[in-house]
Amino acid sequence: MSEVTRNKLNRREFFSYLSVGWIAFTAACAGLAGMAFRFSYPNVNFEPEMDFIAGRIEDYEEGVDERWKNGFGVWMVKEEGKLVALSNICTHLGCVPNWMPAELKFKCPCHGSGYYTSGINFEGPAPRPLERYKIGLTPEGTIKVDKTKLYRYEKGQWDNPNSFLSV
Amino acid sequence: MKELINYLADPIRSFPITCVLYFLMMKYYKVVGTKKFAWIAGTLFFITAGMFAMDPNFWLIITWPDNIPISILILSVGFLTWFTLYKCAENDKRIEAGECPIEALPENREKVWAWPNLVYTELFAIIAGTAFLIAWGILFDAPLEEPANPTWAPNPAKAPWYFLGLQEMLVYFDPWMAGVVLPGLILVGLIAIPYIDTNPKGNGYYTFTERKMAVSMFMFGWLVLWLYLIIVGTFLRGPNWTFYGPFEFWDFHKVVAEYNVNLSEFFWVFGLKQALPGNLIIRELPGIILTILYMGIPVALTFNSLNAIFQSIGESKNKFLNITMIAPAFKCLAGIPAFIEKTGYIRYYIYVYLAVIMAMLPVKMVLRWLFSLKYIIALPEWELNL
Repeated sequence: MSEVTRNKLNRREFFSYLSVGWIAFTAACAGLAGMAFRFSYPNVNFEPEMDFIAGRIEDYEEGVDERWKNGFGVWMVKEEGKLVALSNICTHLGCVPNWMPAELKFKCPCHGSGYYTSGINFEGPAPRPLERYKIGLTPEGTIKVDKTKLYRYEKGQWDNPNSFLSV
Repeated sequence: MKELINYLADPIRSFPITCVLYFLMMKYYKVVGTKKFAWIAGTLFFITAGMFAMDPNFWLIITWPDNIPISILILSVGFLTWFTLYKCAENDKRIEAGECPIEALPENREKVWAWPNLVYTELFAIIAGTAFLIAWGILFDAPLEEPANPTWAPNPAKAPWYFLGLQEMLVYFDPWMAGVVLPGLILVGLIAIPYIDTNPKGNGYYTFTERKMAVSMFMFGWLVLWLYLIIVGTFLRGPNWTFYGPFEFWDFHKVVAEYNVNLSEFFWVFGLKQALPGNLIIRELPGIILTILYMGIPVALTFNSLNAIFQSIGESKNKFLNITMIAPAFKCLAGIPAFIEKTGYIRYYIYVYLAVIMAMLPVKMVLRWLFSLKYIIALPEWELNL
């Protein structure tokens, strides 16, 4: 090999440099993408309590009780010998309906869906009734509401014994 | 008088009224598109607006910070619609007389440099727009509320003003339909316009006679189905999304009976006097058949045997048919085979399906008002409602 060509890269060396460079570039890109992906997840995750103790059966009077609405988003409804934990999320588009004691109905402020105290939809665009949460008694006799389990009327799940308490 | 206006403003009555007014405006656009009409209509508009504003409830609605853009929108859209019709009427008269449109006159075809002609205009527009926004920002406070709370919603809970038309649509449709499918199709349809509309007429100049179908269809969607719904959503929807007339006090406890019923209940319970069938598909069969029939309209229109009937109605000399535009509409339908020959089947189907889906909105609204019909197909078990 002459002196002149020795100073330049030969084909073999060019490819080894190229592969090192290419691997470094790919690694940098992958690292950046990984960091961007990690960035899209929160550092602190706020998870609201999914179950809570809701006092005793004697605490509730006949009708709709709003004491857990602001804390947990649950209406306790006692009627026809049953106590149920009703979700306060409208089944139309997820707004929060208001309880209207004078009209005896839940009414959504977003598109005007209306529900009876039982949670059955009767006016406006809501396609299905409000959902019930799992409700049960603890060994101490207090009521426990579990929001991780939903019972839907149109699927016939309101007959499930976990969806109500007989009182 | 105020009671009458409150009564007429209810969407059940104001939607047909708006449609009729729109129809009259397009039919007599040569009368509307004159300076004399603009002066008279403008004066009357400001006199009535002034009289309306004397009412405390109406005054509250129009001075609510969220609603000021709507007032500006009504004024600017009113003016620009008139301006378009004015230009159209002017050009159409010239075209009828065999002259070229005003925009094609030699003095209007003269070319000028972007700098300084255009850049100066743009600079001036930027300064004026900024000054307007600063003045607005100083005069009216932003309508800020307390921090968000996931277990409480303001009553009425309203979307930003430019989305209130969509929110009004949501009253009549399932969320996936009014929130995803229809807005998506609006965007797709607007993007598709240049590919569907290959008519070279009206390129660079205002005209109505040369492209009646395109102009009146677009203006119907824009003025009646979009802006009218925004105005209803802004001015006439109060607590609980209940309808309130423009002079009506927003009483939180106003009770309106609106018990809505699905088509399946109409058919099985009221029609056949029996319980709803357990099988979902059989239960919703009437709605599914109706929807398929409705979606078959564009296909049916291409049949030659129908074409002859349309032709005969279209050429009828009956006065009623002609004044109400029924005869011209049928003449239009009779032109479909020629239209397909010119543009091809793909264009025809895309165009007609977009129109048919757009027409679903008024159809569903009318059905809701007349029969309290909730959903034509109601399958909440599958999160599918139409």
